[in-house]
Amino acid sequence: MKVLVPLKRVVDFNVNIRLKADGSGVDKTNVKMSMNPFDEIALEEAVRLKEAGKADEVIAVSIGVEKGQDILRTALACGADRAILVIAEEDVEPLNIAKILAAIVAEEKPELVLMGKQAIDNDCNQSGQMLAALLGWGQGTFASKIELADDAIQVTREVDAGLQTIKVNLPAIVTADLRLNTPRYATLPNIMKAKKKPLDITTPDKLGVEVRQRLTILETVEPPVRQPGIRVTSVAELVDRLKNEAGVL
Amino acid sequence: MKVLLLAEHDNSVLNEATARAASAALAIGEVDVLVAGENCASVAQSAATLSGIGKVLLADSPPFANQMAEPVADLLLELSGPYDAIIAAATTNGKNILPRVAALLDVMQISEIVEVVSPDTFVRPVYAGNALQKLRSDEAKKIITVRPTAFEPVASGADAPIEDISSNVSNDKSSFVGEALTDDSRVDLATAKTVISGGRAFGSKEKFEELLFPLAQKLGAAIGASRAAVDAEFAPNDCQVGQTGKVVAPDLYIAVGISGAIQHVAGMKDARTIVAINSDEDAPIFQIADYALVADLFEAVPELTSKL
Repeated sequence: MKVLVPLKRVVDFNVNIRLKADGSGVDKTNVKMSMNPFDEIALEEAVRLKEAGKADEVIAVSIGVEKGQDILRTALACGADRAILVIAEEDVEPLNIAKILAAIVAEEKPELVLMGKQAIDNDCNQSGQMLAALLGWGQGTFASKIELADDAIQVTREVDAGLQTIKVNLPAIVTADLRLNTPRYATLPNIMKAKKKPLDITTPDKLGVEVRQRLTILETVEPPVRQPGIRVTSVAELVDRLKNEAGVL
Repeated sequence: MKVLLLAEHDNSVLNEATARAASAALAIGEVDVLVAGENCASVAQSAATLSGIGKVLLADSPPFANQMAEPVADLLLELSGPYDAIIAAATTNGKNILPRVAALLDVMQISEIVEVVSPDTFVRPVYAGNALQKLRSDEAKKIITVRPTAFEPVASGADAPIEDISSNVSNDKSSFVGEALTDDSRVDLATAKTVISGGRAFGSKEKFEELLFPLAQKLGAAIGASRAAVDAEFAPNDCQVGQTGKVVAPDLYIAVGISGAIQHVAGMKDARTIVAINSDEDAPIFQIADYALVADLFEAVPELTSKL
């Protein structure tokens, strides 16, 4: 079976973001960009399915600016068989992403879409669920373990009260949580080999999808800053201050 | 504006997150509450006491027993006609279900709002809370999840009518297999007044529990953990505080042996008082702590427990 893995290019998780002074958003000039960490986990799981003989082909897809080729090349080096880049503006809303992915699913006919549960830039946590709805498929979100059977996939989900296990009929969407696996690094020989793997470029237009943004972002501002407090020198002083100064004990 | 609020519950108890999301919903318009579940009449009765709501819709039927996204989303779609907004708390259920409803209605969801500026304008955190985005939705229907810690719960004491609704919604896409729930005798992390969180510095599950549990018990505190501590299996997944775990805002948050990665800080920086205990005096957590103690946690934690 085919597995489709959507990947997003985001500001690297180690970067402390800077906001533009006019409130128009995050300043991304000369900022390190990487594959969204949850998507790395989804990709790793797809590659492991292939290595275990349970998947035949892993297709990586990214939607965004032309530089998205970088993360797709990384995906190819980590074991994806081929890649598709859909050229679009930055920050396309999840509903548009889901519509573009639905069009790709219609062409590629994967039986499983494995993707990150959320992107660490807009923190929306929507695209997987939306894609499932548009396709009329079942969904297993926030997965920390998956087991593939013939016609269904068993998904253990990280939920507020602990772990929940569900069975989702195939075809299905699974979104990855942090503990699904630990992704591998691309090795140099694999990075070289990845240069020869196919990477197709398309557009929402060619896929028959109209990208229409629905939300108007009015401003992006800094949250209130917490001032550093004081250093206490002993546990006794800490207890005293919590009791008599902060009044929380 | 008419708002339908999806209740968060486990078929027996209404989760406090619902009363908090109700505050946000009431800032948008008139609110009805949907309780979807199985054998959940007691939840509907609790929901009916929420101050300010119009009525409770009770969908008590086997497909809704485990809050599976597919049938609950179909039910919300079926009920959506007269409503201008559908709202849920940003719990794992709310996050799982609502985007599905949004896509079925062809509208863009607004995730995890922390402020209602007006019925069409909201504020939400992005980049792990390192920026706040103010945005407007002109969608015909608003689909919104609410960060519970950002809103006070509405009072109880009302007596709204409960209306049974029948639905033909079924689920042929997914099924519930089982669950491993964390011991529910512990203090609930999401709503605790005091939270004590541990990091990787504890070195083992045994030390994590041996040192933190007595302190938590003395303070009546919930136990939290950093991602590193959960990955190392010192604590279960539902203890994780942070960007992708739970977001908490207790009166007192004590971070022990936690360096303070931005992903962790995202989940606790709205605590009223933050205490950090760490042996590394350059740990980033100290930049946001009200009280910083540079100390070896293996000595400081037992001493703190004994002094309380």
